[in-house]
Amino acid sequence: MMRFLLLFSRQGKLRLQKWFLPTLERDKKKITREMTAMVLARPPRTCNFLHWKDLKIIYKRYASLYFCLAIEDKENELLALEIIHRYVELLDKYFGNVCELDIIFNFEKAYFILDEFLMGGEVQETSKESVNRCIEASDMLQEDDSSEWYEVELFG
Amino acid sequence: MSDVVEKTLTALPSLLSLDSQPGSTKLSSTSKLGSLIRGITELTSKHEEEKLIQRELVSIKEQVSSPNTSMRQMKDLMVRAIYCEMLGYEASFSYIHAIKLAQQGTALEKRVGYLAVSLFLNESHELLLLLVNTVLKDLQSTNLIEVCMALTVVSQIFPKDMIPAILPLVEEKLNHPKEIIRRKAVLALYKFYLIAPNQVQHIHSKFRLALCDRDPGVMTASLHIYLQMIQENPEGYKDLTTSFVTILKQVVGGKLPMDFNYRSVPAPWLQIQLLRILSLLGKNDQSTSEIMYEVLDESLQRAEMNHNITYAILYECVKCIYTIHPKSELLEKAAKCIGNFVLSPKMNLKYLGLKALTYVVQQDPKLALQHQMTIIECLDHYDLLIKRETLELLFRITNAQNVTVIVEKMLEFLSTSKDDYTTTDLVGKVAELAEKYAPDNEWFIETMNTVFSVGGDTMQPDIPNNFLKLLCEGFDSVEEDRKLRLFAVDSYVSLLQGKPGNLPQRFLQVISWVLGEYSHLREELDPATVMRLLVKLLERKQTSSETKSYVLMAMTKLCRSGEGVSIAQEVSESYSSSMDTVLRQRAHELQHLSHNLELRTRVLLPGEAGLEPLEVDSSLSFLDGFVSEALAAGAAPYKPPHQRQEELAQAKALSLEPYSLALPISMSSCSITDRQSPTLLSMSSGLSGDSTDLSHKGGSTTLKLDGVKRVWGKEGYLAQREPIEEAQIEVPSPLRSPIQQTETGNSHSPSPAPTQSPEHEPEKQQLASSLFVGLSSQSSVCLMGKSEPMPQRFRKKAKGQSSTSAPTSNSLISLPSTVDHLLCTNLLEKTPELSEVHAAANGTCDVEAALVSHEDSNTPQDLCLSSHLPAELSELFHSEISPLCSTQSLHLSACYVQKEDSLILVIFITNSSDFAVHDVHVDLDSEQLEVSCASDSPVKEVRGCCVAVCQYSLTVKRPSAHVTVAGMVSHQLHIETPQTAQFSYELPLTSFVRPLKVSTEEYGRMWLDFTHDTKQNLTLINDGEEPLTDTLTVLKKKLQLHIVEIIGMEGIVACRLLPDQPCLMHCRLHAGSLAVWMRSSLPDLPDCLMYHCQRSLTEH
Repeated sequence: MMRFLLLFSRQGKLRLQKWFLPTLERDKKKITREMTAMVLARPPRTCNFLHWKDLKIIYKRYASLYFCLAIEDKENELLALEIIHRYVELLDKYFGNVCELDIIFNFEKAYFILDEFLMGGEVQETSKESVNRCIEASDMLQEDDSSEWYEVELFG
Repeated sequence: MSDVVEKTLTALPSLLSLDSQPGSTKLSSTSKLGSLIRGITELTSKHEEEKLIQRELVSIKEQVSSPNTSMRQMKDLMVRAIYCEMLGYEASFSYIHAIKLAQQGTALEKRVGYLAVSLFLNESHELLLLLVNTVLKDLQSTNLIEVCMALTVVSQIFPKDMIPAILPLVEEKLNHPKEIIRRKAVLALYKFYLIAPNQVQHIHSKFRLALCDRDPGVMTASLHIYLQMIQENPEGYKDLTTSFVTILKQVVGGKLPMDFNYRSVPAPWLQIQLLRILSLLGKNDQSTSEIMYEVLDESLQRAEMNHNITYAILYECVKCIYTIHPKSELLEKAAKCIGNFVLSPKMNLKYLGLKALTYVVQQDPKLALQHQMTIIECLDHYDLLIKRETLELLFRITNAQNVTVIVEKMLEFLSTSKDDYTTTDLVGKVAELAEKYAPDNEWFIETMNTVFSVGGDTMQPDIPNNFLKLLCEGFDSVEEDRKLRLFAVDSYVSLLQGKPGNLPQRFLQVISWVLGEYSHLREELDPATVMRLLVKLLERKQTSSETKSYVLMAMTKLCRSGEGVSIAQEVSESYSSSMDTVLRQRAHELQHLSHNLELRTRVLLPGEAGLEPLEVDSSLSFLDGFVSEALAAGAAPYKPPHQRQEELAQAKALSLEPYSLALPISMSSCSITDRQSPTLLSMSSGLSGDSTDLSHKGGSTTLKLDGVKRVWGKEGYLAQREPIEEAQIEVPSPLRSPIQQTETGNSHSPSPAPTQSPEHEPEKQQLASSLFVGLSSQSSVCLMGKSEPMPQRFRKKAKGQSSTSAPTSNSLISLPSTVDHLLCTNLLEKTPELSEVHAAANGTCDVEAALVSHEDSNTPQDLCLSSHLPAELSELFHSEISPLCSTQSLHLSACYVQKEDSLILVIFITNSSDFAVHDVHVDLDSEQLEVSCASDSPVKEVRGCCVAVCQYSLTVKRPSAHVTVAGMVSHQLHIETPQTAQFSYELPLTSFVRPLKVSTEEYGRMWLDFTHDTKQNLTLINDGEEPLTDTLTVLKKKLQLHIVEIIGMEGIVACRLLPDQPCLMHCRLHAGSLAVWMRSSLPDLPDCLMYHCQRSLTEH
């Protein structure tokens, strides 16, 4: 089971946080601080894994953004790397050539995509197409509400 | 509405192309969030950011509380509030509005509302209750997207107590026509299963439906639940093995829709999940393992592409192959796989290779040998994680020959590590290795010194505990013990003379204790010198008060005469007014001792090791008078802490949890009213100011706890040694044997593997040979297991052992705490006997294990041996005859016979050779038992093919749940050299128990005389109409008790321990269980008997 997923920039700015188990606000901040410090301090050409308490931390950098996933001890590290990668692919498919700014400005969308992909700390849907279909389906809903909003949403 | 959704769902692919133009969703510059973010990026200082956010928050707050804000604006506001929170600024005012948005908004707004709720609120947040209704509504919505959102939020955050409210609706969704809803419902149920397993127990059959779902996605989701359930109870799901294997076969064979492919690998997540399940099912189960060999082989072969995802599958496959019952072909392939991982230039794979190696090295040490040069390289790897994993691997292959090198490497790593968690873990491992394999005293003490200094105050408390225990219990020879202690003293004195300031408190405590206890061994060392060193510790500011009290206690042991006494007086004076009560107490003791010469000479005479054991009245019965006076004066009766807490909790809040397990109801007998003799019961329950009596009367309102296994009691862990488990340990693990077979024949030299050697420098090879020494010669034995072939220098007792021996020992093994320290010398000296009960010796025989395994006990030999029982004993009950030990020609077996007034141990000496055996000597010895020879003349000679019988009469000196007789047999076989063999024989204490026939009046008188007691709630046998009578009858039958009288809800029972130690038992029905109170004049007896009562009731 996954425990949390953090996205942060090279400067250590938090861009997205997902906690799959209830966590106290105080702990969230502390863990985020520790994670950014640990991951950013890793020298190049090291492996993408870390130990933190009884958890395994799997991280990967995509452009300026670090994806940092904490999994339980019995989980498979390589698979976790692929989870991160699949999430990036999903973001890429949705935003089209995704960059950090997309995630900053549309972070709620990034959350929605994540919620379609993972649920309760497990992978729910691995097919890119299905995830996107769900996101688009809910995005379309407001089409009925107002055409003006629809424009804003789709064409910016 | 649902039609619309259906339409959009099908029309989507065409719309997608329109939407997914690059940059199409980038936010307009007019958006408020956009300008906020842009504003922040332009700022230069943290202070400015703070100001900006505060302004933003004020504006958000204003708008959310305005009644004119539309839901759409609210959505925008909520997104901004989330952003502010992500930056670390609190926006708690918006929480309630997030819930409102989820409640009232239309789909997209609702989604933001739910998102905000899941990000803002914690599981225990009270606002979460407001969410329940919304979720209920959305679960019933006809709009699929709303249902999806509700299921998502439920799996993300939902109050545990409210699960029953939505459970039926979620369950219903398992039959929903849309697979996405079914899948989400299954995952939601999985989440419920994790947080409140008892609430989803009734839908297990529906999980099976989900497993058979026509949609592979739903089936995959259900595997999460199955993995969890199989982990908890693998036995219950063996029947599903074939199904799982079939599924995996289909997946690997590419039978799933292309949709499930990931990088053209079919459903890797599903594959890995299945492999994990299979490894759980096949563990220690040959027949189940056989079902899966074929598919595992296929998985290994299919996963050939060079990509992370195939490596992930391979890794899982390898782990599975090494977990299940082994098959040599598969093992070979898996070993090759591990080799590929380890040798890979990719760091991730190398790391996993090391992990896999660590996992399998105990079964397959030769694999480590093959890769020794890689391991050596990884030991100096620039990636700390790889280095750390290598140490983990080395830890598993440590033996007496390579321990110094490996520990050195570990300590080296420790000195650079900054992470507390790693330090704690590694320090524990070093300590374990040091205790197990230390080559000599100096090394041991020095290594432990480093452990204590590096481990500091974060290390596991059992490290210093075990160390002190080892030091005072000692090991084989008295002389060695003395040397070890002496060396410790020397080492500590020089440490204190150096710079003690940097030493952690725990280490100082260890030092103080050892110096207090053993510095007299160094005769030329003046106690006053030690005292002066200790005084220096007291003067340091950093010294904690706990350490100070250790120091004072050490001084109490050291102040013998002259200067020491005057130092003691000085110190005690300055601390006798300390604010810390413990310190003050210690100071007063020290003061008293230092002023009283007579007391000093009596207590502290050096070399006076044989202090008489102190008798402790743990029930504090001498305070009875005081307490009853206080009660009469209107004081409230005593309640134990957990009961107080429970009552407090009950008074404070409404419990929303419908089926929570109540704490085992504490014994009401803790209150003082029960100090009276139970025969005066009418009187005691008359004194009902005592609130605990309420639970006694209202037993029906509380939970029935019968059938619930009690593992924790008032005293801590209730020892329940499962004899079956014990028996299993003795059986050599089937996992090992085939590997052993494959290995015999090829001998592995410690020299580096031929493929590797040329380019490595000689020093690395040298390191390799020192690290991997002993591996090759030992490769066929388990390296870490119980069957450790190397003589262990320091016996380390398994952690569980002392707690399983007798309930009383729990308190003994703890580090001398502040209160009981003065007793600790005695207490600590007592532990060896207690733990030796289970210490496996050469030829140990556990009677109970033999009793359980009935199949093998009725061997022909048993039958023919019993015919050798002496005539006067053959009529009586005798235990199974179990083998003790054998020498070349003699086989010893034993059983015990319960006579009314004694217990006879019968030893059968069978001579299997054709020659007579002369000078047979059997010596018996026991710490807990008095052994006397019962036969007229001791056996001297056993003729060829004959059986000789010795009888010994046993009585208990010191009760313990199980008592052991250790023995040795020696003899001469015609002219050859003498032969000896050792054995030990264990008996349950119950074999010494006989009924005690007393009247109720006598019982009442005796009850008041006894001081040692224990109380516990036991399982009630609830089959018949009269549970009390039934239960007592069972106890009577199994333990040979005498039921004195049964009055209503209470019963009194008496028995005696041979020869004449009475033990009284008072039982009462109490909240669905049997509240038992035992008293005896003999310490430990009640505890031991309680243990047996508990066992016989659970076994019943």
